[in-house]
Amino acid sequence: MTQTLTPILAAHPFFHGFDARTLDLVAGCARNVQFEREHYLFHEGEAANAFYLIRSGKVALETSAAPHRPVIIETIEPNEVLGWSWLFPPYRWHFTARAIEPVHALLLDGACLRAKGEADHDLGYELVRRAAQILMQRLQATRLQLLDMYYVDTD
Amino acid sequence: MTPILADPMLPRLYRLQRVHQEIPHTFTLELAPEDGEAIPPFHLGQFNMLSVFGVGEIPLSISGNPAKPQHLVHTIRAVGSVSRALQRFKKGEVLGVRGPFGSHWPLEQATGKDLIIAAGGLGLAPLRSVMYQVIAERARYGKVIMLYGTRTPADILYRRELERWRGHLDLEVSVTVDRAPDDWRGSVGVVTRLIARASFDPARAMAFVCGPEIMMRFTASSLTACGVAEDQIYLSLERNMKCALGFCGHCQYREYFVCRDGPIFPYGSIRELLREEEI
Repeated sequence: MTQTLTPILAAHPFFHGFDARTLDLVAGCARNVQFEREHYLFHEGEAANAFYLIRSGKVALETSAAPHRPVIIETIEPNEVLGWSWLFPPYRWHFTARAIEPVHALLLDGACLRAKGEADHDLGYELVRRAAQILMQRLQATRLQLLDMYYVDTD
Repeated sequence: MTPILADPMLPRLYRLQRVHQEIPHTFTLELAPEDGEAIPPFHLGQFNMLSVFGVGEIPLSISGNPAKPQHLVHTIRAVGSVSRALQRFKKGEVLGVRGPFGSHWPLEQATGKDLIIAAGGLGLAPLRSVMYQVIAERARYGKVIMLYGTRTPADILYRRELERWRGHLDLEVSVTVDRAPDDWRGSVGVVTRLIARASFDPARAMAFVCGPEIMMRFTASSLTACGVAEDQIYLSLERNMKCALGFCGHCQYREYFVCRDGPIFPYGSIRELLREEEI
């Protein structure tokens, strides 16, 4: 018997409050994925065809700092969402994502969701609204990081 | 007969017993009274005035274990003339101490509540004493959540203790850094990101926050956004304390003297002041 992903979607904060019909619709674009430690979920510049609802484990978002080693910009952890490049042209990843712990996640097919969002504007609006809320929270956090607020001048 | 109270402006002599190098530019001093008597009892979050004779005097929060009153413990970042002079101190040298002064973390009001202890950078020092006390009487509290943010993995203060606390099954300890090399396996992001990840009941939670003022402002704001009441959030302010008795006015913060009315304030009483410049 095939187990539906709807209850898992419903339990994730990103989809809290979605009705059963909409969750079933979204579940049609979802699949379970697992990544071993040090596995890359995606690389900077690749086509962004999906986003991930992290269920367990930890993903590092990083960028090349050549000639130095890559720098981790932030980590995405359980109950959080990884990736929004699937929503906006040119649909390319801006950073590289690497599992730094074994990761269980739901992968949502971006093209599939975009098509369903076009066909059902209520769903499309809700997806964009929730993605925008996460973008806003991450933007605020990034601004605080830029402030380097723990820095104390010791010179 | 009424005992003669010691003059609070008169430093008591302490001798340096041990120095721990913590992280670059940051060290911990263990001091014992030169007269061999016990150190004065202190409340969690209070501060002392440490003086290097001929150089000057600075306020420093107490970061030691209240259950181990043999030594006075202060963690210091070498940023000015007095703190740099303290960094050069050798075992056996003598310095002056006045205190303890100021208000304290109201841990007695946290009984039965979930307790969130959020620190940024060197702000972990005044909260270490709270952690010691909380661990010693763990059954008094609901969930205990320690959130710590700092610049990089190399800037993590009290790393061994954080690791030990993380090993307690009844403590939730999370550490995050602003940036990290690719071999770091911990969290990266500002300390406010940890609040949403923590599991606590905001309706019965109390929070103690210490760190740079901007960190405290955004942390308190994130806590209230999660539903923690303003009067259940306490912050530790740092200002230019001089007399430590509320006389000289150097640490005046609008209607407050930080040395006397603080350094620990309920967030609700200073929320608007935190947004104002140059006070």
